[in-house]
Amino acid sequence: MHIDLYERFWMWSAAMICAALFGAIVYGLVGEHTRPPSHIETIDPTAVWSDPRFAQRGVTTNPDGSVTVTAIAMMFAFQPGEIRVPAGRPVTFRLTSPDVVHGFEIAGTNANTMVIPGYVAQFTTTFAPGEYLIVCHEYCGLGHHAMMGKLIAEEGL
Amino acid sequence: MTSSRRLAAANIGFAVAAFGVAAAMAMMQAVSRANLELPWRSPQMYYLSVTAHGVLMALVFTTFFIMGLGVAFTTHALERPLRWPRLAWASFWVALGGTLAALWAIFWGKATVLYTFYPPMQAHPAFYIGLTLLVVGSWIWCAVIIGTYRAWRAQHREAPAPLAVFGMLATIIVWLIATVGVAAEMLVQLIPWSLGWTKTVDPLLARMLFWYFGHPLVYFWLLPAYVVWYTVLPRVSGGKLFSDPLGRMVFALFIVLSTPVGFHHQFMDPGISSGWKLVHTFNTLGILFPSFVTAFTIVASLEIAGRSRGATGLFNWLGKLPWGDPLVSSVLLSMLLFAVGGFGGAINASYGMNSMVHNTAWIQGHFHLTVGSAVALTFMGTAYWLVPKLVKRELELTLLAKVQPYLWFLGMLLFSISNHITGLMGMPRRIYDPSYLGSPVAQTWTALTGVSALGGLFLFMSSAFFLLVMLGTVLAGRPTSDTAVRFAEPLEGAPTRRILFDRLGLWIVAAIVLVLIAYAYPLAGHLRMQTFGSPGFRPF
Repeated sequence: MHIDLYERFWMWSAAMICAALFGAIVYGLVGEHTRPPSHIETIDPTAVWSDPRFAQRGVTTNPDGSVTVTAIAMMFAFQPGEIRVPAGRPVTFRLTSPDVVHGFEIAGTNANTMVIPGYVAQFTTTFAPGEYLIVCHEYCGLGHHAMMGKLIAEEGL
Repeated sequence: MTSSRRLAAANIGFAVAAFGVAAAMAMMQAVSRANLELPWRSPQMYYLSVTAHGVLMALVFTTFFIMGLGVAFTTHALERPLRWPRLAWASFWVALGGTLAALWAIFWGKATVLYTFYPPMQAHPAFYIGLTLLVVGSWIWCAVIIGTYRAWRAQHREAPAPLAVFGMLATIIVWLIATVGVAAEMLVQLIPWSLGWTKTVDPLLARMLFWYFGHPLVYFWLLPAYVVWYTVLPRVSGGKLFSDPLGRMVFALFIVLSTPVGFHHQFMDPGISSGWKLVHTFNTLGILFPSFVTAFTIVASLEIAGRSRGATGLFNWLGKLPWGDPLVSSVLLSMLLFAVGGFGGAINASYGMNSMVHNTAWIQGHFHLTVGSAVALTFMGTAYWLVPKLVKRELELTLLAKVQPYLWFLGMLLFSISNHITGLMGMPRRIYDPSYLGSPVAQTWTALTGVSALGGLFLFMSSAFFLLVMLGTVLAGRPTSDTAVRFAEPLEGAPTRRILFDRLGLWIVAAIVLVLIAYAYPLAGHLRMQTFGSPGFRPF
C-alpha cells in the first residue's frame, strides 16, 4: 500500500496532536488535580426532604475550616436560593434532586454539575469575591428558564 | 433498479419534509432566546418546538436521508438491484409509522422531553414506541444493504468492495453496535415504565445507555457525509480521489472507535468514576485522528481537481474549483465549518475543562457546526446532485441552489460564533427566556443573542431556498434520462485486491472488545450498587 510522503508526515503530526491533547489533560489531572465531578453516592429521591444528609440545607463551616454547601435542586428553584460563602477558600457543594434531572451551573466559573435524582453530586471549587448567578442548565420542565439562584463570595467571612 | 430508485426518493423526500418542519421551528427558537416577542410565544411552544426540532433534525431527517443514500449508493456502486426489495419498502413504512406516532405525541404536547428524553421526565408511550420503531425500520434497512452486499460478494470473491459501499457498511456496523444501547433503554426501562408496568427507573442507568448510543449516533450521521466527500466530491469537482486505502483506514477506525467514548457526554454526571471517564477521554481524542486524515485526503483530491482545471500556482487551484456547483460549494463550506467544530469538540472532550462549557450555549454552537453543517449542509448539497437522478428531472431554480450554501455558511457563522461566546459567559442552552429577572450577568448576553437570532434568520432563508429547489425540481424540473450515479476514481486506479483495512470482521471484533473494555466494568459496577429508582414526572 502506497502512502504519499506528505500524507505520512501529516498523519504523524495528527497523531502527535492527539497525544499532546491527552498529555495536557493528564498533566492537568496529575499537576492540578483537575477532574470532572465524579462523586458516587446514592439517595432515595422520594425521601430527600427527610434524609438526614439534606435535612440541614445551606452553608456549614467544618471543624477544619473548610466550607460545605448543601442544596436541593427542584422544579423550579434551588433550595436555598441564596448562598454566602467565603472568597478564596475551597467550597464543597453537595446537591441532589427530589424530582427530575437538573443542572447546577454558576455562570462564569467552573462550578458545573448534573443533579440526578437518586444520586448525590459533589464537587469542590474556589471563588473570587463577587456576586454570581446560579442557573439550571438541564431542561426540567416549563419553568426551566426561571430556575435560578444567587451565590455571594465575600472576603473575610 | 426502478424500485430502488423510487425507494431512495421516498426516503429522501420524507427526510426533506422533516427538515422543512424542523427548520421553521428553529427560527422561532433563535428569536425566543433573544427575548424578542413573537405571536404565540410561550414556554409550552418553545420547549415543544425544541423537542420537535431535535427529534426531526437529529433522528428523522438524518436517518431517512441516510437510508435513501444507502439504497442509491449500494445499488449503483454494486450495479445490482436490492436483494429484498419488499423488505426494503417495509423498512421505510415501519420507520415512517414509528416517526408519525412519535410526532403525534410531540405535537399534541404529550412528549415535551427533548430529543434526549432523560427520565424521570416521562413522555407518552407513543413517543418511546414510535422512536423504537424508527430504529427497527433502520435495522431492516441495514439487513437489506448487508444482504445486497453479500449477494455481490458471493460473485466477487476477491474484489475489494467499492469505497462508497465500504463506507456505507462501516456506517451500518457503527449503527448496529450503537443502537443496542438505546434499544435496551427503551425496551427494558422506558416503555414498560411509561405504560405503567413498572413504577420507577434509574435515571443514571438510562443516561449511560443513552450516551452509549448518543455519541456513535453522530458518526452514523457523519460517515455517510464522509462517503460523499471521498467518493462523490472529487469526481464532481473534476479530480480524483487522492488515496483509496487511507479512506478505508478512516472508515475502519470509525468502526473501532465510535462507541467506547460515551462518558464524555457525562463528565458532569455524579455516579460515574473519574477513572472511567478518563478512559473514554483517551478514546475520544483517538477518534480525532481519522478526521485529520480525511482533511488531508480530501484537500489533496481537491488540489488534483484544481490542477486538472488548469491551475499552476501554489494555491490558485482553490480558485479553479467549481464554487458555483451547489454540491461542491456545500461540501467545501461544510468542511470549513467542521474544522472549527472539530477543534471545539476537542475542547468539549477535555475532561475537567468540560465544566466551562457543559450544557451551555457553547454546546448548541458546537453541534450546529458538526451535525448542523458538516452533515446537514453536505446532505443538502448531495440532494442537489442526487435527487435529479432519482426523480429523472433536471435541477430547477438553480440560482437559489447556488446561493443557498453560502447563505447557510453565513447564518451558521453568526449563530455558532455568538453561541460559543455566550456559552463561555455562562448562558445555559435550551432556555425560553434568557433574562433571569434582569440579572447583570444575563444582560451581558443580550447583544450576542441578537446576533444568534440574525444567524437563525439567514439559516431559515437558506432552508427555504433548499425546500423551494427540491419542490421545484420534483414538480417542474425538465425531464431527463440521466440517472447514472458515478463515483470518483482513485488517483492510482481502482484497487484490485483486498487489504488489511477491508477486513470488516476483524474491525467488528476489535470494536466489540473496546466496547467491553470501556463499558462492561462500569456498567456491571453500577448494576451491583444499591440504587433508588425515580417515579415519572410530566412538568410540561
